[in-house]
Amino acid sequence: MIKVHKLVKRFGLKTVLKGMDFSVDDGEFVALIGPNGAGKTTFLRILASLARPSMGSVNVAGFNLPKEAADVRRRLGVVSHQPLLYADLTATENLKFYGGMYNLPNLSTRIDEVLEMIGLTKRRNDLVRTYSRGMQQRLAIGRAVLHDPNVILFDEPYTGLDQDASAMLDDVLRTVAARGRTVVMTSHDLARTEDLATRFDVLSRGKIAASATKQDFGSGNLLTFYKNVLEEGKKQ
Amino acid sequence: MKAKPTALKTLDIVSLILLAIATYLALVFAPTERVMGDVQRVFYFHVATAWVGLLGFVVAGVSGIIYLKTQDLKWDLVEQAAVEISLVFFFITIVLGSIWARPIWNTWWTWDPRLTSASIVELIYLAYLMLRQGIEDPDRRARFGAVYTLVGAISVPITFISIRLFRTIHPVVIGNESAAADGGFAMTGDMKTAFFFALFAFTVIFIDLFWNRIRLGQLQQKVEQLKLKVME
Amino acid sequence: MIENKEKRSGNYIRAIGAVAWKDLAAELRSKELLSAMLVFALLVIFIFNFSLELDAKTRTSVTSGVLWATFAFAGTLGLNRSMAIEKDRGCLDGLLLAPVDRSAIYFGKAISNLAFMLIVEAVVLPVYSILYNTNLFQPGLLLVILLGSIGYTAVGTLLSAMSVQTRTRDVMLPILLFPIILPVIIAAVRASGGYLQNLPFDQILPWLNLLIVYDVIFTAIAFMVFDYVVEE
Repeated sequence: MIKVHKLVKRFGLKTVLKGMDFSVDDGEFVALIGPNGAGKTTFLRILASLARPSMGSVNVAGFNLPKEAADVRRRLGVVSHQPLLYADLTATENLKFYGGMYNLPNLSTRIDEVLEMIGLTKRRNDLVRTYSRGMQQRLAIGRAVLHDPNVILFDEPYTGLDQDASAMLDDVLRTVAARGRTVVMTSHDLARTEDLATRFDVLSRGKIAASATKQDFGSGNLLTFYKNVLEEGKKQ
Repeated sequence: MKAKPTALKTLDIVSLILLAIATYLALVFAPTERVMGDVQRVFYFHVATAWVGLLGFVVAGVSGIIYLKTQDLKWDLVEQAAVEISLVFFFITIVLGSIWARPIWNTWWTWDPRLTSASIVELIYLAYLMLRQGIEDPDRRARFGAVYTLVGAISVPITFISIRLFRTIHPVVIGNESAAADGGFAMTGDMKTAFFFALFAFTVIFIDLFWNRIRLGQLQQKVEQLKLKVME
Repeated sequence: MIENKEKRSGNYIRAIGAVAWKDLAAELRSKELLSAMLVFALLVIFIFNFSLELDAKTRTSVTSGVLWATFAFAGTLGLNRSMAIEKDRGCLDGLLLAPVDRSAIYFGKAISNLAFMLIVEAVVLPVYSILYNTNLFQPGLLLVILLGSIGYTAVGTLLSAMSVQTRTRDVMLPILLFPIILPVIIAAVRASGGYLQNLPFDQILPWLNLLIVYDVIFTAIAFMVFDYVVEE
């Protein structure tokens, strides 16, 4: 579903991603973890076609970036730590607007479905301004899956959420992933990540330093695994 | 670190010599104009600096377009160098023009199309430099700079035309035999020599400054690269 | 193939409409931007009133200048706010993630910005008419205002998309915008003044032509370079 080969991203003279290789199969839920400044957000922005790769090839859902960006965008949903919602529109209006941008058929039925899934049907006609952070984040997910994308990218979806809101977000994330979609997520919340994802990749110094499944390091040991990888990176 | 190339060193010296000769031609060699007197001698450098300013303006606009097409930061450097040189030379043009205008038009400043357009260009350049200062990411800085020089390069001629639709009092010296506007005059042979030599000298000076500025920018980049290496 | 093309252009227009619609819908609810623009516009008129002593004699010649200065100042407020809404909550990314050409976003924003300008102008004109007992509702003048506002928002939308991404974004827009839109202001002031003073049409026509040329050129330029302003 996602194939990245020798990806390099430079900002001026600074190289953030240094020949990164990365691939995700159909239906996988991959967690991308790594220290701050490792380039996780940059990488997701490249996958989302919001930033251009400096070198290397990026293929998402069978289309090459940045050449076939419009085809990728149609098959891609993004949730970032910012909600990407308009505060002075209601939930329905926000979804209607994004539906219009994607030119979706049967939009109102689809909006009903999505609102049901994220549990905001009751509040659908309230302004997003009046929503709690958790509700906004759920609506952001609703916006991201509105066009039924094959690939979903989550960039730190737990930022600013309390325990309850995070738990609720977990449920929504599971529902989203259960539909056979391919998911890539970055997060600092290792405990939650461990529950959700099927594979864990550590991004450090602009490359994937290690990749493992839960079976590889045993349940509950993600933190130990992560720390070991970073330690080894320092030794080199 | 690479030493200054010999060709550039030579060009530095040649520029200085040309400037000295141009000064001599303008201040001593050229005959004193009958009506305006010695103040007319400002004219040689006034036009020559304006020419260099215009050259820089065009170079900046063109390299902006090339940058957007190629996304090669080299062209951003060229554009920035052209803008900075053009900024300085248009400023000299405006000051020299004012010195000339005081006794001839009896005013330091007039809202003449050329003078006003040159000042607008100065303002656009200042806005350009401020814009660049407000952006951290070098690629974005280059892209925005290129877009802005391009927009400016298209807007200034339109500004010029629209001011021209007002009445103008700027004298038209070249290509106008009758020299109708107040302060116009016909150039004699020696005047022409001084005039065209000044144009030539300042063009060489432009190339020299341009080269030096681009070299400076490259050195700056190298320093930054080394800094990044040390930090890693 | 043809069907596909038609579908694509249908999508394009629908996306433009969606962007403009959500701006207008949000604004008609919050009225933040319009009320700020309106109050500011009225304050500018008051300041002009006392600084220029707009009595009956000077008024006819000054009115068009006061109007356009007011529109230009109030306009930057609206442009800034309209782009800040996109930038602050990451909505610009949301727009860029949609599978439509980036220029559709530009045209959508430009249309809503133009609508805000026209709404403000539609309030300022009658207020001005009442305050100074002149009739500003002449078809010619309205045409000039429309053409001038189109040029203003065409450039303003592009430049506000840049200024909002800089560190000094609150002060940056007018500095970037005013030197570029000078031809619009000159032509619009002249043309409006022409209509208010009942000058013959052939004296107004060149200014109208200038406005149309400016509108066409800068809409085309913005269409071509908007990609570079929003993409990384």
